[in-house]
Amino acid sequence: MRLKIGLKGAVGFAIMGVIILMALGADVISPFDPLRQGLRDRHAPPELGAFGVAHWLGADHLGRDILSRIIHGARVSILVGIGAVLVSGAIGTVIGIIAGYRGGLTGALLMRLADMKLAMPMILFAIAWIAFFGPGLVSVIIVIGVWGWVPYARYARGMVLSLREALFVQASVAMGATPGDIMVRHIAPNLIGPIIVMATLQLGEAVLLESVLSFLGVGVQPPTPTWGSMVSDGRSYIDTAWWTVTLPGLAITLFVLGANFAGDALRDILDPRSV
Amino acid sequence: MLRLVLARVLQVPVVILAMSLLVFVFLNASGDPAQMLMPIEASPDDLERMRRSLGLDQPLYVQYWNFLVNALQGDFGVSIRSRQPAIDTVLHALPATLELALAAMIVSTAISIPLGIAAAVKRDTPIDTAATVVAVLGQSMPVFWLGILLILVFSVTLHWLPVSGRGSWQALILPAVTLGWYMNALMTRLTRSAMLEVLNEPYIRTARAKGLPGRMIIMRHAFRNARIPIITVWGLQVGAMLTGTVVTETVFSWPGLGRASIHAVLGRDFPVVMASIALFTLIFVIINLIVDLTYYALDPRIRKV
Repeated sequence: MRLKIGLKGAVGFAIMGVIILMALGADVISPFDPLRQGLRDRHAPPELGAFGVAHWLGADHLGRDILSRIIHGARVSILVGIGAVLVSGAIGTVIGIIAGYRGGLTGALLMRLADMKLAMPMILFAIAWIAFFGPGLVSVIIVIGVWGWVPYARYARGMVLSLREALFVQASVAMGATPGDIMVRHIAPNLIGPIIVMATLQLGEAVLLESVLSFLGVGVQPPTPTWGSMVSDGRSYIDTAWWTVTLPGLAITLFVLGANFAGDALRDILDPRSV
Repeated sequence: MLRLVLARVLQVPVVILAMSLLVFVFLNASGDPAQMLMPIEASPDDLERMRRSLGLDQPLYVQYWNFLVNALQGDFGVSIRSRQPAIDTVLHALPATLELALAAMIVSTAISIPLGIAAAVKRDTPIDTAATVVAVLGQSMPVFWLGILLILVFSVTLHWLPVSGRGSWQALILPAVTLGWYMNALMTRLTRSAMLEVLNEPYIRTARAKGLPGRMIIMRHAFRNARIPIITVWGLQVGAMLTGTVVTETVFSWPGLGRASIHAVLGRDFPVVMASIALFTLIFVIINLIVDLTYYALDPRIRKV
């Protein structure tokens, strides 16, 4: 297979690569401890200087290094993004496969459930969940994960409906395979590629939602640095310290942009028909 | 047609029931509802009285029924913070949210549809590039960050518009642009692709061949056919708009339902949380219904089904 990802794809994968490396090596590459406060560094403006001495991207209202916090914040974004996408992918694919393979009343009921999920204001679901069960990493992953399962279910169901009639599935039925066997061993593997593409495309949205929840104060809680909460913290000092709000927001935008570009490129590679 | 409309209208109570069940389950799964609905300093006697008045000594299905009956009458209890009926708190905030959402819809529709049409008609020109940039940025930038950037430029640096609050038309501009931004991006992209598709149709070539003026071809022949997918997505965006109000109102201290609900969550004011969820759900469901019915009315092909 010839790989032709194009400029957009290359930019997308490069951004994703840099951010993943940042998250993995956060403790090694950050110039400062992201939680270390310093009264004298309060709102220090960005300056270029020796590594570990100067705040390249400035410091926040507690004198914490913005660059180090952005680097560590990548961890939460990646963790929540991937976690949420796994949750929605798993829920959606399972529901879709069952709805498609069983059809009939079960299928119809499951698809009505999907319609209803679209008819429900999900931000309220998120707010209700966090109000009642409390904020935190796991809450955020669950909320965003449950938020996004419908597209996977729709897609998986459509694929299963056509695969069900395929010769190799018919052959397995003839050989006496159980429905469970067929769903797991024969149908699911055929869905993996497209589902991965979909997951990459949804990754950007998941990261965006995580930043929204963090910004609203109902996401991953301080002192863990997250990009959304950094923007929220910096908001009060917008007239004196612009770097505290603009730079973390830029990180979110770049990540989402990168995920969207990478997802588009991946789709073109894995599914040439959709181009 | 009538059956279709009826089936669609019947969907409304189902969604409302589902949402109420969800809230009820959450309320019960997360601990003692009486404790959640009362201030922290409530005495054991108060809690006991609350438990009895909530009917917590009864079976769960009876409790749900009571909860539902009370909710349908707008009774969600008393706000822990303001000591007023929770429903009053949210109803009081409603007009501000409706005003903001309406302004945002007008702004984004007025920009995105002409921009999308222009981009499709003048494909691969600077206008097309501009439309693509708007679309890509709109879907990558977090709404709250955009709002803050707008404040930084237009309020803090240029002093043209107020930073926050509600009251004058100037104060409405930045929140409306912020809230409409995402919808604007999506609609621009969609209008462009829907128009491009229609412009390739044979009947457009026929219209050109018989010498119709360009403007007439674009508006009467092309756009009329491109508008169905546009309206569908426009309707679906109502949901995204709701998410947006929570964020936008927080950024601009806009005294609406979104800010009230997030304040209630952060302050653990559960009666207000439930009242705002109920009101939001109701608005959402009604707007979706209107959009779907409009959809039936606009496309005669759907009516025949």
